[in-house]
Amino acid sequence: MRKILHGLAALAIVAGGTVMVAAAQDGNSAEPTHFPLLPPQEMSWSFSGPFGTYDKAQLQRGLKVYKEVCSACHSLNLVAFRSLEDLGYSEAQVKAFAAEYQIHDGPNDDGEMFDRPGKPADHFPPPFPNEQAAASANGGAAPPDLSLIAKAREVQRGFPRFVFDIFTQYEEGGPDYVHAFVTGFGQKPPAGVTIPEGTYYNPHFISGVSTHMPPPLSDGQVAYDDDAPQTVDQYSRDVAAFLMWAAEPHMEARKQVGFRVMIFILLFGVLVYLTKRKVWSDVVH
Amino acid sequence: MSAHEAADETVDGNRRDFLYIATGMVGVVGAASVAWPFIDQMQPDASTLALAQVEVDVSSVQKGASLTVKWRGKPVVIRYRTDKELEEGKTVKLSDLKDPIARNANLPSDAPATDANRTVPKREAWLVMVEVCTHLGCIPLGEQGEFGGWFCPCHGSQYDTAGRIRKGPAPENMAIPKYEFTSETVVRVG
Amino acid sequence: MSGMQHSTYTPKSGIGRWVDARMPLPRLMYDSFVAYPVPRNLNYAYTFGGILSLMLVLQILTGVVLAMHYAANSDLAFNSVEGIMRDVNNGWLLRYMHSTGASFFFIAVYIHMFRGLYYGSYKAPRELLWILGCIIYLLMMATAFMGYVLPWGQMSFWGATVITGFFSAIPLVGDWIQQLLIGGFAVGNPTLNRFFSLHYLLPFMIAGVVVLHIWALHVAGQTNPTGIEVKSKTDTVPFSPHATVKDGFAMIVFLFIFAYFIFYIPNFLGHADNFVEANPLKTPSEIVPEWYFLPFYAILRAITFNIGPINSKLGGVLVMFGSIVLLFIVPWLDTSKIRSAVYRPWYKLFFWIFIADVVMLGWVGAKPPEGIYPMLALLGAIWYYAHFLIILPVLGLIETPRRMPNSITEAVLEKNGGSAHPAGAAAAPQTKG
Repeated sequence: MRKILHGLAALAIVAGGTVMVAAAQDGNSAEPTHFPLLPPQEMSWSFSGPFGTYDKAQLQRGLKVYKEVCSACHSLNLVAFRSLEDLGYSEAQVKAFAAEYQIHDGPNDDGEMFDRPGKPADHFPPPFPNEQAAASANGGAAPPDLSLIAKAREVQRGFPRFVFDIFTQYEEGGPDYVHAFVTGFGQKPPAGVTIPEGTYYNPHFISGVSTHMPPPLSDGQVAYDDDAPQTVDQYSRDVAAFLMWAAEPHMEARKQVGFRVMIFILLFGVLVYLTKRKVWSDVVH
Repeated sequence: MSAHEAADETVDGNRRDFLYIATGMVGVVGAASVAWPFIDQMQPDASTLALAQVEVDVSSVQKGASLTVKWRGKPVVIRYRTDKELEEGKTVKLSDLKDPIARNANLPSDAPATDANRTVPKREAWLVMVEVCTHLGCIPLGEQGEFGGWFCPCHGSQYDTAGRIRKGPAPENMAIPKYEFTSETVVRVG
Repeated sequence: MSGMQHSTYTPKSGIGRWVDARMPLPRLMYDSFVAYPVPRNLNYAYTFGGILSLMLVLQILTGVVLAMHYAANSDLAFNSVEGIMRDVNNGWLLRYMHSTGASFFFIAVYIHMFRGLYYGSYKAPRELLWILGCIIYLLMMATAFMGYVLPWGQMSFWGATVITGFFSAIPLVGDWIQQLLIGGFAVGNPTLNRFFSLHYLLPFMIAGVVVLHIWALHVAGQTNPTGIEVKSKTDTVPFSPHATVKDGFAMIVFLFIFAYFIFYIPNFLGHADNFVEANPLKTPSEIVPEWYFLPFYAILRAITFNIGPINSKLGGVLVMFGSIVLLFIVPWLDTSKIRSAVYRPWYKLFFWIFIADVVMLGWVGAKPPEGIYPMLALLGAIWYYAHFLIILPVLGLIETPRRMPNSITEAVLEKNGGSAHPAGAAAAPQTKG
């Protein structure tokens, strides 16, 4: 035990020293070089923690926001209509939903491409035929695909928070970011920060002071079928939750299986430990 | 060693044996549970299952014509049989058939292979059939052979107008998949 | 010593005798994993060999089934991995086992290596055992690196670009070698294809070297925390059931933590940018290798200046590879006659400083190369080299070791407060919790 303590002490001294030196470095900031300027606010999500589950009503609202707003520019290539049954829709509803989309298919027997109504097996069709078209229609920056966005955007948490995250099981950095980003428009840029022409200042944007994306939402823009507030904040929470589901559709199963596995290992561990004690009971070691 | 101590030892021994057996059994359960995902992953995945049903528009199919669609990776022929073909199919006696079972997924597994049993009720003119020879899996040619049905070029199996094996090495009638007319002109296979 | 001992295997059945006379595999298994004597004083740091074997098997099994669904083509790879995550039955579980498993494989191997350094396990007669271990470590790094390329995300692509870029630092033939490795002028489909092939091959080579590693181990026998060689039968216990059940318990504790990561924070050890498909025209804002390469990455980036005729690029690559080469020659760098740090007060201190140095290098490796960090990286790299090239050789010559017990049994009895009275210790009815 003493040797471990000794070691830890040495480790602490070295680590502490370097952290202090590093902290002293971080003071100066003229033109910002590290983004985002503001870290996302931590929201409370129904799917966080070891027993978290998706709130289906929220996912349905988020789907509505995606469909009516985001999908004008952003694709959702990896998500198939059939998987929308996870959101609580029936098979018939999914079929009807899919049929609202036109899917480019073919060639038919005459060798021609054609459009047909979507089927549950199809994926969400992209708004632009290819990345170049998407970029040229959006000021040179192609809007990213949103299928994995809730896992593909992560603001560095820094020491020591990333250590605590292991124990708090924090893995909602993506939805936190989406919410912060979508609600982060309309603020006044700090003095000394120049905003390029055709872009919009957003302190939560992960790769610059401003983004090509215009503020996407306004209060009352999407009519909800339930009595959830029709505000930008609520829209962005809902769409962030929906995108988390889109990125990690099996999260609920993962956590549920995980709990059973952990209980099993615990039980098995106790048995093996008792066995080990019995086996070693006649040996001084 | 006193009798008392000996008894203690046995109790202790039993408890130890129980512990060992319990640990071993829990370990086996754990190993088996871990093995399952490794086996289950070989099953068809969700994207494959999503294509397990196809809907086919047959409005363009005239009498005496047929349409072939791919269903679960295999060709399914949808044939609008002529009256003559239908008549030929009906006149065959069950005792003349090599395989007297209907092989129709829409019927019980022991249904006899009458012509009507090779189709679904009210749509007897339509033959919807997996066009795969039951011998070794080749694709037979339609409207050929001695019985006016299918002829398999691989090993010479001959099927009649209802897709029943009549001659050659194939053991069974060609399979009828589960299907349903969801409207006048749409067949859902699977 | 133990590998040379007489076999005590006696087949019980006729079939057993028949097999034994023709191919004595059961005898080999019995002698290696049942009767094989291990020191009685091994602590839990010695269970990581078993844990590593388990991890290797798990990685191979999950890898083989993932390969059934993966498409090694730059147009399909990213989506096929997402197909595994979304559509394949239990695909998400198998993939997370494999990706998290790589990290836990390295956690285990680092503990295993540091244990070897702490207890001087590399000293005669176990130099080959140590070198075989270093080869396994190298193969593991190659396997992990190529595996990380397969999902074809942004980090995969740019990681592959940077790492294969090391070879372009070699004078004269560097560019040629780089092109040879990646099969083109930039990382692309040929690179992905060959990396997949090699990623499938290397684990089996690792398994082969592991067999040699265990063979070498069973010739020399395990070391133990005292560093004293086994002298009598009372110093040891049979491998089964004593070591097996202890290893088993350690595996379960390890699996518990492993499962926690798989099921609750599966992406904690990964990088968000790898959920963006590879784009050869756009570099992510910062390229960071997987955590287990970070110390070496920091050493690579520490060299920002030319050293005589060697430019900074080549210098960084040489210093980085050198830091791994040093591990191979540790048995000859350490001049001390005493194995274990337990009896080497100064070595013990420097060992922990070394750990702190490596941790610091890892931390610096994750930071952008600006401000204080390049300086810290340089200092850390210098210390890393100094530890092996100065501290290890010099310390062995000047250090005064602590008094050592005469045998393992004596050490065990001393530790447990008994008198140094080795006779019949194993048979004595002492119990200890």
